[in-house]
Amino acid sequence: MSATVQTLEAMERPPVTMSSRLEGELLEVSMGPQHPSTHGVFRMNVTLDGEIVRKLKPVFGYLHRNHEQIGEQTTYLGSMPYTDRLDYFCSMSNNWAYALSVEKLAGIEVPERAEYLRVILAELTRLQNHASLLGFLLSDMGAWGTPLMYAFREREKILDLFESLAGSRMMCDYMRFGGCRVDADDNWLAGARKIVDRFPKFLDEFEELILGNEIVIARTQNVGKLSADLAISAGITGPMLRACGVNYDVRKVDGYGFYPRFKFRIPLGEHGDTYDRLMMRALEMRESVEILKQALAQIQPGAIVNPKAKIRAFRPPVGEAYGRIEAPKGELGFYLISDGGPNPYRYRVRPPSFINLTVLEDLCLGHTVADVMVILGSVDIVMGEVDR
Amino acid sequence: MIGTGILKGMGVTARNFVGSYFEKERLITVQYPEERSPLPENYRNFPFLIYDGEDPQAGLRCVACKICEKECPPQCIYIVKSDDKKPDYMGKPQFYPKVFDIDISVCMSCQICVEVCPFEAIKMDKEFELSKRERFNHLLQRKEELSKPNEYYHGICPTEAADVDAKLGAAAEAAAKKKAVAAAPAAPVLAKPTGPTGSTSAPASS
Amino acid sequence: MESLEQIKARAEAAIPGAKIDIVPNLGPANQPSLLIDNEHAPAIAKFLRDDPTLRLDFCSNVTGVDWLDRVTKKTVKVKKVVEGEEKEVNEPIEERIPGYLEAVYHLFSMAHKHGPITIRMRTRDRGEGARLPSLTPVWRSAEFQEREIFDLYGIRFDGHPDLRRILMWDEFEDHPMRKDYVQPDDFEWEPTPHDDVLARAKQHYAPRPAEQELRPS
Ligand code: SF4
Ligand code: SF4
Repeated sequence: MSATVQTLEAMERPPVTMSSRLEGELLEVSMGPQHPSTHGVFRMNVTLDGEIVRKLKPVFGYLHRNHEQIGEQTTYLGSMPYTDRLDYFCSMSNNWAYALSVEKLAGIEVPERAEYLRVILAELTRLQNHASLLGFLLSDMGAWGTPLMYAFREREKILDLFESLAGSRMMCDYMRFGGCRVDADDNWLAGARKIVDRFPKFLDEFEELILGNEIVIARTQNVGKLSADLAISAGITGPMLRACGVNYDVRKVDGYGFYPRFKFRIPLGEHGDTYDRLMMRALEMRESVEILKQALAQIQPGAIVNPKAKIRAFRPPVGEAYGRIEAPKGELGFYLISDGGPNPYRYRVRPPSFINLTVLEDLCLGHTVADVMVILGSVDIVMGEVDR
Repeated sequence: MIGTGILKGMGVTARNFVGSYFEKERLITVQYPEERSPLPENYRNFPFLIYDGEDPQAGLRCVACKICEKECPPQCIYIVKSDDKKPDYMGKPQFYPKVFDIDISVCMSCQICVEVCPFEAIKMDKEFELSKRERFNHLLQRKEELSKPNEYYHGICPTEAADVDAKLGAAAEAAAKKKAVAAAPAAPVLAKPTGPTGSTSAPASS
Repeated sequence: MESLEQIKARAEAAIPGAKIDIVPNLGPANQPSLLIDNEHAPAIAKFLRDDPTLRLDFCSNVTGVDWLDRVTKKTVKVKKVVEGEEKEVNEPIEERIPGYLEAVYHLFSMAHKHGPITIRMRTRDRGEGARLPSLTPVWRSAEFQEREIFDLYGIRFDGHPDLRRILMWDEFEDHPMRKDYVQPDDFEWEPTPHDDVLARAKQHYAPRPAEQELRPS
């Protein structure tokens, strides 16, 4: 962290040296981009009055690689592996969102087994994303290591499943337009069932570890409150929106995939503070386990890819489509315009964690610097997706 | 009472600490490189080229059609097609790649080249200990380093390789039959088997 | 949900002077959009947000699209005097459509759980006239996304509270998502170059010893 001292009223005054008194003056601190709790290369220009945040401007772009331009220069299929790199914690749901949008654009049907596999993988992704988020959040609060390691232990088991199916732990590149790439055999499904059945045990333990903890409660309750009106207006999605008590989940609203076939509930928060956001993740994991149990029981053998979908020389008809799914971090959408060529004319990603940062300043104002880290952690960002 | 939550958390930590000595589920790490967990069959890393028969350069299945070069998203394959046709290991004249380079510092292991190759010539490898000293020359894999025998493929992906061999064998048989039918009225010559029939060299080496 | 025609009729009745066109979308997705005029855009947006049957309170996705100058070829029937006779002949004409930038908003309703309604605005041209009214006062979620459009496409949004570059650094000059953006050629030398990269790499770098060694032919 580098610090320059400035008063906002008289910027032209020569800078005050660090040894002088700071009373009544505002201190501008640049937090990040290299900071362990900014979850990547993210910078915030924070103006402080003592410990209290008076102004906060996020600075993006350290990981910007113009993903959308790359997407417009490669073929439709060629963008699929690049979507893995958006939110690198949840490559499966990124794949799904992109595949779904292209399927909308070209009007491709997906066979039943492939839809089940997609649901299973997306929910497993949600489990590991939320578990590791809770771990990260706690390490932001100062519980270095221990909870994070427990979370990563569970995540590791799910990543092993991904590896044995898709060939890679994080860069899965698993879905294709009109289906999935490789089929899951019975061994894999049995392994998945085993992990899903044991997951609630981990959740119980984890909740015991953190959720009753007085320090966690003191650090999170009434910190970073977000009102439902502001959340809706600012386009906040995902667990962060539901923590404010707004019942909006794309899985229920759009009913994409086979989600209407499953029975699950949408947990809702009440206060919209950091504690609710944290609880929301814990509760959502329980619902995901429910979905997974049903999906793993219902899945039937069958084709995994629509034979009409082409791998090479794929050219969707002229038109445009916006497709979206409920990714672990919020609504992940892809907006595609086709001009009939092999590349999309316009390829746009709606990144949930980028838009969820819109209200970061509103959340942090009036809180201390230490709370900024906790609030940022509870927003759940991944810079690969924020900066694209 | 204040503090019970913290004590409970401590209990969980203690349970995990003791448990990690007895329960396999609580200790999932291994001491690499002394211990290694087995790689799953679907694991993929970087592509390699398959050859049949004895001579790596004559037996390459790749016919330099350049489809993979065109489809590779980060454009890390570089192929120069030969001007002439050389007999492959079966004696059938084919084009061959004069240069076939893959820059594995750019390759993102996406497997698209494998999916688009019509000749089953390029497959994903499992070699992951690839640290090199120099970025340009050492991380650029030339044709010679990329060529690996079909037995190697059988060693790393037994089921997939068996499928591929069966498919190629069936295609070769069908082609041979067709040729035999076409040749039958003219003269009863022996139909020469065409295409690679790797199934003859199927036993896995590993 | 109402059809786009109904929305268009009601919005035009509610806001005097507003002009809305329906842009068809022929693909299988079939998501047609409303093209709203720039002058009344904030009023139309407010109408869409506050109208009790629509309640499009959630602006999900905001993005820019660049359309270059296009020439479309059409054949039209024209009357012509051919060999002393008046005849109807098919004649190809070229129509030049000047380029423009477009901002596209995807709206949903969290209250009624419907959507999407797509609205779009077009700038006058791709140069000085690339200005649009900002819809950030209506939907806060447009704040960062309009900044991103300003950064990557160069549309200036009038009325935006904090219009700065967001992903590129402040001193950067061009707009990298435009279709006619020219990439800088001081990229890293790569050993497996292709087509135009190869040509530009040759132009930019004197051949390295490594390159000669790599390409003996
Ligand atoms: S590897 Fe396959 S796709 Fe690539 S050039 Fe050789 S034959 Fe063609
Ligand atoms: S794996 Fe992907 S990136 Fe690597 S060479 Fe093949 S197509 Fe290219």
